[in-house]
Amino acid sequence: MSLKGKAAAIGIGELKPMKEPGPTTTALGLMAQVTAEAIADSGLDKRDIDGLLVGMPFSDPGFIYPASAAEVLGLEVRMLNVVDIGGASPAGMIWRAAAAIDAGLCNAVLCLVADMNRAGDQRPPTVSVQREFESPYGNIGANCGYAMIANRHMFEFGTRPEQMAKVAVDQRANALKNPLATFNEKPLTIAEVLGSRMIVDPLHLYEIVSPVTGGAAVIVASPEIARRAKNPPIWLIGAGEYANHATITYAPSLTESPIKIAADAAFKMAGLERKDVDFVCPYDCYTITVLVTLEDAGFCKKGQGGPFIEEHDLTWKGDFPCNTHGGQLSFGQPGLAGGMSHVTEAIRQLMGRGGARQVKDASRGYVNGNGGIMSEQVSLVLERRS
Amino acid sequence: MSEYLKPLPKPSPTSLPFWDSVRRHQLKLQRCSACHKFIYYPRTRCPYCMGDRLEWQPVSGRGKVYSYTVVRRASHRAFMDPYVLAIVELEEGPRMTTNIVAPPESVRVDMPVAVYFDDVTPDNTLVKFKPA
Repeated sequence: MSLKGKAAAIGIGELKPMKEPGPTTTALGLMAQVTAEAIADSGLDKRDIDGLLVGMPFSDPGFIYPASAAEVLGLEVRMLNVVDIGGASPAGMIWRAAAAIDAGLCNAVLCLVADMNRAGDQRPPTVSVQREFESPYGNIGANCGYAMIANRHMFEFGTRPEQMAKVAVDQRANALKNPLATFNEKPLTIAEVLGSRMIVDPLHLYEIVSPVTGGAAVIVASPEIARRAKNPPIWLIGAGEYANHATITYAPSLTESPIKIAADAAFKMAGLERKDVDFVCPYDCYTITVLVTLEDAGFCKKGQGGPFIEEHDLTWKGDFPCNTHGGQLSFGQPGLAGGMSHVTEAIRQLMGRGGARQVKDASRGYVNGNGGIMSEQVSLVLERRS
Repeated sequence: MSEYLKPLPKPSPTSLPFWDSVRRHQLKLQRCSACHKFIYYPRTRCPYCMGDRLEWQPVSGRGKVYSYTVVRRASHRAFMDPYVLAIVELEEGPRMTTNIVAPPESVRVDMPVAVYFDDVTPDNTLVKFKPA
């Protein structure tokens, strides 16, 4: 069984994130907007969409969510599901859509995420074991888990703060060429990153994503539909998923993540080596996330993420283009749509719609989605065929 | 004494023996009778082998800081002051989420620590650690 070449992304919709939602903004409204954009982009008719994979927005959660979203959008579908694997949900939707299509269950699946964030918003409750064994000690939110990963990485491998900071700096250079990015006006320097406020040692403010409001949608379609699509189809040729913990305390290792198994599976399915991809889009809730992902996804040896980042130019014109949209660090994190930004960017680059940040001759890209504290991992390899 | 505003553990039927012993300033963990591994946090079945005979056993309370962070801006409004959040690896194997009760600048990865029972309210004791 393989999903190689069994389905392709044919249309995307994505909003420029808002720092604050407007007075009439709703999560379902954002979903409708990106759905309309994605359908128009694909050239399909709304009635062609016969599958829905949707992320539950924090701002308007509820049970039996997918049917409500489908009803609001006026969709009639043969398959509908919430994908609930944190930031990995969007990447996870892409291979699930391909699997449903390959199984003959549907022909065109809408993968949909949108959310709004306001300062001081409360997150929905965590599972009982986290409320009991994590919250009393202040292990709340994602920041502290990634900070502990970074401290352990520094201890084991001598990773330095300026190496982590360079991720934010290079990605900002990419964001300057992305009209949709939230932070796309001023370049960033390593000194500015390290001079920004310490939030959770050793992570500074500019190494942490900003919650924003927005949404994104991707339409994944069968080969039959893809061949007559308006855009060049972007084929899923490799996929892998893995998780081995929820709370980082109980992970087998703080510095070796489940990405290794997900990425190995994706490249094996694709039948490709790491060097065969032209750019990477790793999930970047924090700078350390990118560093660990590049190691575990096999682009450098374990422990060498720091020197690798120092030695390579991660910008769109560099020798190792990474998160050419700016990453979530510069694009902003509109809830789960932050994770979709890596998918939409890979699709844009492969369709040749990268604009001023187009990677030359990009024909294959690697995407990683990451949920929770280095918990759920989804690796994808996408390809444009000439 | 000012009111304690931080979240408190709400024991489940599974974890009640753990919190009961902690209130008596004893650290006891489950140990699987089949694979002999120590388990944290409490389970109904062994997460390593699915064994269903889990015995409560006292543990040393000694371990090392596997990693830590100083949280200067917390995601919860009750955590106002910077605090040391840590993962301690016990001699017996399991890792625990905890706090290190020490000046933040003195904490290091791999530093030896010993259990410290913090009676945060008359009815609630948390398992924290101090430099050993």
